Amino acid sequence: MSAALLIEQLLNGLQFGVMLFLMAAGLTLIFGVMGLINLAHGSLYMIGAFAAAGVAGWTGSFWLALMGALMAAAMIGALVEMVVIRRLYDRDHLDQVLATFALILIFSEGTRFFFGSLPLYLDTPDLLSGPTTLPGGIEYSKYRLFIIAVGLAVGGGLFWLISRTRIGIQIRAGEADREMIAALGVDIRKLYTMVFALGAALAGLAGAMIGPIQSVEVGMGEPVLILAFVVIVIGGIGSIKGAFIGALLVGLTDTLGRIMLPQLFGMFMDASSATTVGASLASMSIYILMAGILLFKPSGLFGGQS
Amino acid sequence: MRRETILNLAIPGILLATALIAYAMEEPYIITLATKAAILALAGVGLNIALGLGGLVSLGHAAFFGVGGYAMGILAFHAQNYMPIWGVLEGTKSMPIIWLVALIASALAALVIGALSLRTSGVYFIMITLAFGQMLFYFAISWPTYGGEDGMSIYLRNDFPGVNTLVPLNFFLICFAVLTVVLVLADRLGKSAFGLALQATRQNVARVEAVGLAPYRLRLVAFTISGAVTGLAGALFADLNRFVSPSMLSWHMSGEIMILIILGGIARLSGPVAGAMLFIALEYVLEDLSHYWHVYLGAILLGVVLFARGGVVGLILGREVAHD
Repeated sequence: MSAALLIEQLLNGLQFGVMLFLMAAGLTLIFGVMGLINLAHGSLYMIGAFAAAGVAGWTGSFWLALMGALMAAAMIGALVEMVVIRRLYDRDHLDQVLATFALILIFSEGTRFFFGSLPLYLDTPDLLSGPTTLPGGIEYSKYRLFIIAVGLAVGGGLFWLISRTRIGIQIRAGEADREMIAALGVDIRKLYTMVFALGAALAGLAGAMIGPIQSVEVGMGEPVLILAFVVIVIGGIGSIKGAFIGALLVGLTDTLGRIMLPQLFGMFMDASSATTVGASLASMSIYILMAGILLFKPSGLFGGQS
Repeated sequence: MRRETILNLAIPGILLATALIAYAMEEPYIITLATKAAILALAGVGLNIALGLGGLVSLGHAAFFGVGGYAMGILAFHAQNYMPIWGVLEGTKSMPIIWLVALIASALAALVIGALSLRTSGVYFIMITLAFGQMLFYFAISWPTYGGEDGMSIYLRNDFPGVNTLVPLNFFLICFAVLTVVLVLADRLGKSAFGLALQATRQNVARVEAVGLAPYRLRLVAFTISGAVTGLAGALFADLNRFVSPSMLSWHMSGEIMILIILGGIARLSGPVAGAMLFIALEYVLEDLSHYWHVYLGAILLGVVLFARGGVVGLILGREVAHD
């Protein structure tokens, strides 16, 4: 395999990892602060993608589409939190799983009702279409570089928000002791709605940015949601840093596994069975990675006590 | 008799009566629906052993359902093509053998997945079982020998000694008999020393450890039994449809099996049966009503979770405690 191809695949893995981070960060934040497992997080990703496709179709502008997706996801997130999710904080995990599963059914069918079953497509903006030349003469898609940059910027912003701002202090305090910060005069209900809307906005952003790469369709959120779960399990629940490292690990393992495993098996098998075995193993590689990490660290790389 | 005991007899009785009346009225489609309800109920009874008794919220039981389904599919595929497995083992069309293989295969899968997942608890456990289920799902999609993404069809329903399984009522009665046997066994299990210890791990792990029992081992055994029963249901489900595909392994399947239990009533013996009947009835009625029937299913589920936590059985029995 040539170095150029390897670097291209590394960047693809990085881009995938950054996307997963946007999903996983919201999930882990919501779990860390509110103790809620939210299966409907994938629906917010889908809503972001559909909102972007809708706004782009209406105005023709990618940047407005991105804004629209952020706003739609945050608003629907806040609304869902106030109507349904709020009632689930005191419930056990089973109730949370079931209620958010019910939300998935409602959102998926609702989206199908409004947008139909055919996939939609988003165009890359002119500014970002086509490849660019990286140092070393490697050609790489501008748009994917844009995703990596946005993801890293959002990650940095999130670290700053959590560790340096007043809101961040309240969020961290909410994780540690919700009664105490309520007693100190912080409106905990408003804080929860805000955290949920923030997580939703991150998911919506991820969905909108993936639009020009994949098709926008009902059910697109669930595979990403489950990968985001794998990321969180690897990184440790509640840890943003863990989510970041886990997301990059999963993104790189998945992308590189798909390319390299078939070639690896090709060295001692005939080509067709090497492709079969390699592809099957590659599709399982991240779960094997997860199982391996769990054997040694049952609460993830950066998790506290589970 | 306690009211729950009466209900435990009445609910499967209603299912049996539905199928018999449908037979008398020559409505084979209703019999097929009743068969589907019996099979899904069986899957639910399986999950209920882990979820209801052990408090293990597994979101990956579709894995075992699918392993059972593929056990049937693979054996029957080799039998119908007269092509031994790996050139040595003959396939088979005999249900008892297929069931045995499905039980063993899904028990092994549950043992391995359980051994890894049970090292964690709470929300980790939910996510990990979900992830392992998804792993098998993608494996089935990317493995082309047995149909890959398209799944595979079995042309004729498998055989049961002395019974013509192509008659819908006969196949229903087979499934119903299996369900009845498993219900009796599950009842015994819940009341056995093992079942009591398992329920104790759900309520207070520290005390279970203090009396010298190993919660991990109890849970692992329960998870394995639970997976095996769900796998048996998977084999029957594949036989009903004469078709196996990765969709049996998808996490929506896990969600549906869990929904059955909740609709019926968690940790109730006949909960999954009531839930499966209700689920199939809802599907039948709502699908007619609207193409987007999942919206209503979602709304009903949300309502049950938020406001009627005991499910159907809980509503009928009021506050009577589950499984005491």
